[in-house]
Amino acid sequence: MNDNVTTLLNFLPQLWEGVQTTIILTVAGSIGAVLIAIILGLSMTSPSAWLRVPARIIVEFFRGTSLLVQLFWLFFVLPLFGFDLDPMACGIGALALNYGAYCAEVVRSSIKTVAPGQWEAAIALSLSPTRRMIRVIFPQAWALMIPSIATLLIQLLKGTAVVSFITLSDLTDKTTQLRQSTGDTMFAFSVSLIIYFALAWLLQELMNFLERRAASALGRRRPNSRTDRREARRLARADAVRRDRLASHAAANEGANHSTGADPTKNPFPGQGGGL
Amino acid sequence: MWNWEFAVEALPILLRGFVNTLIATVVGTVIAAILGLILAVAIRGLPRWINWLVRLLVAFVRNTPLVVQLLFVYYAFSDIPGLVDVPALVIGFIVIGIHYSTYMSESYRAGIDSVPPGQFEAATALSLPPVRTFTAIVLPQALRATIPSLGNYAVAMFKDTPFLFAISVVELVTAAKNFGGSTFAYTEAFTLAGIIFLAASYPTSLLIQRLDRRLATY
Repeated sequence: MNDNVTTLLNFLPQLWEGVQTTIILTVAGSIGAVLIAIILGLSMTSPSAWLRVPARIIVEFFRGTSLLVQLFWLFFVLPLFGFDLDPMACGIGALALNYGAYCAEVVRSSIKTVAPGQWEAAIALSLSPTRRMIRVIFPQAWALMIPSIATLLIQLLKGTAVVSFITLSDLTDKTTQLRQSTGDTMFAFSVSLIIYFALAWLLQELMNFLERRAASALGRRRPNSRTDRREARRLARADAVRRDRLASHAAANEGANHSTGADPTKNPFPGQGGGL
Repeated sequence: MWNWEFAVEALPILLRGFVNTLIATVVGTVIAAILGLILAVAIRGLPRWINWLVRLLVAFVRNTPLVVQLLFVYYAFSDIPGLVDVPALVIGFIVIGIHYSTYMSESYRAGIDSVPPGQFEAATALSLPPVRTFTAIVLPQALRATIPSLGNYAVAMFKDTPFLFAISVVELVTAAKNFGGSTFAYTEAFTLAGIIFLAASYPTSLLIQRLDRRLATY
C-alpha cells in the first residue's frame, strides 16, 4: 500500500496531464454539443420543412450510430478523403456531434413545452420572430432544458474515456499506465474512478448553478433544490412531532373521560361511535 | 473512395461481430432489468444507513465511465491467478448490465412512485401479504410506466456495446476496425458498421415510441 502511494505521488504530474485532457475534451465537447443542439433544436421547431427535415435527419443519424463508430469514422476514414484532423479535434468533434444530437431533442421538446400563452403574448406585442425567441421563449426553455442537458453532459464526460482508443492520453489511458507501474489493479482504478466521480459531481454542481441562475432570471426558483428538500424534511419532522403530541393528548383525554383504555391508534376518530 | 468489393467482403465479418453485439445487448438488458428492480426495491425497503450506502454506490457506478469499469473488472479478473479464463464477452455483458441497472433502478423507482397510494391502501385493507401486494398489485401497474424507458435504456446499451472494444471483445465496431486494419478499407468497414447500427436502433426506438403511446395511462 505504501509503495502504491509513493508510486502515485511520483505519477501525479502525469495523472494531472490525463485529467487535463479529459477536462479539455469535456468542456470543449460540451460547448460544441450545446451549440449544435441549439442550432438543430431550433431548426426542428421551425415552421419551414426545409429546415425541419434535414435537422431531424442529422439528429437521428448521430443518435442512431454509436459514438465509437463516429469517432473511428472521423479518425480513420476522414484522412482517406484528405481531411487530416488531429486526435483531439476528432475526439471533441465526435463527442460534440453525438451528444449534440441528443441535446437537440431536449432543446426541441423544451421549446415546445413553453406555455402557448407566452407565444401568443409575444405575437400580440408584435415582437419579431427573432426577438420573440431570444427574449421570451428561449430563456424559459433554457431553464426547462438544463436538468436534462446536465444528465447528457455527464454522459459526455463518461464518453470521453473512449478517446484513449484513438491514441489520446486521457485519464483512462493514464490509469492503465498507473496500473502497470503499481501492478495493483484495485488501487489504480479506484483512484481513477474517484477522479471521474468527482469531475461528474463538479459538472452537476455547475449545471445546478446555471439552472438556479436561469430560474432566478425568470423570477422563479429552481424546483426541488437541496434547500427545498431540506425544508420539506424539516416540515415533515415537525408535522410528525405535532401528530405524535396530538395522539398522546387524545389518549390522555380518552383515559380521563371514558376510562375505556382504548388504544387511540386503533380508533382514529374518538368520539364518533368508537365502541361499535 | 467506395469499393463495393471490399464492402461485400466486409459484410459477413461485420455480421459475425454483430452477433456478439446482440448477445451483449440482450444478456446485458436482462441482467440490468432484474438487478435494476432489485436495487429499486432495496432502496425503498432497507434501513436508512444501508439505503444511503446503496444510493452512493448506485451514483458511483452511474457517474463513472463504462469503459473504465470494463477495464477495471477485466484486469481484476486477469490478476487473480489460477482462475478459469472468463471470456471477455461474459465480463462485458455483466459490467454493462450492472452499469445500466443503476439507470433502470431509477425508472423502476419512478414507476413504483407513480402507482396511486390508494392501491397500497386497498391492498392493505384486503390484508394481502406484502409480497403479494407487490407482485400482484404494484408491479404490474409500475411496469406499465417503466417498460418504455427500459426499452430506451436497452437501445442506449446497444449503442454502448462498442465500448467492449476496450476489453477486446470482437463485436461489430471491433470487427470493422480489424477489417479496416488488415485491408485499409476503413471507409467501407466503418460506414457499414454505422449503417447496421442505424438500421437496428432507429426502428427499435420508433417501436418504443409507439409502445410508449399505447401504454400511456393518461
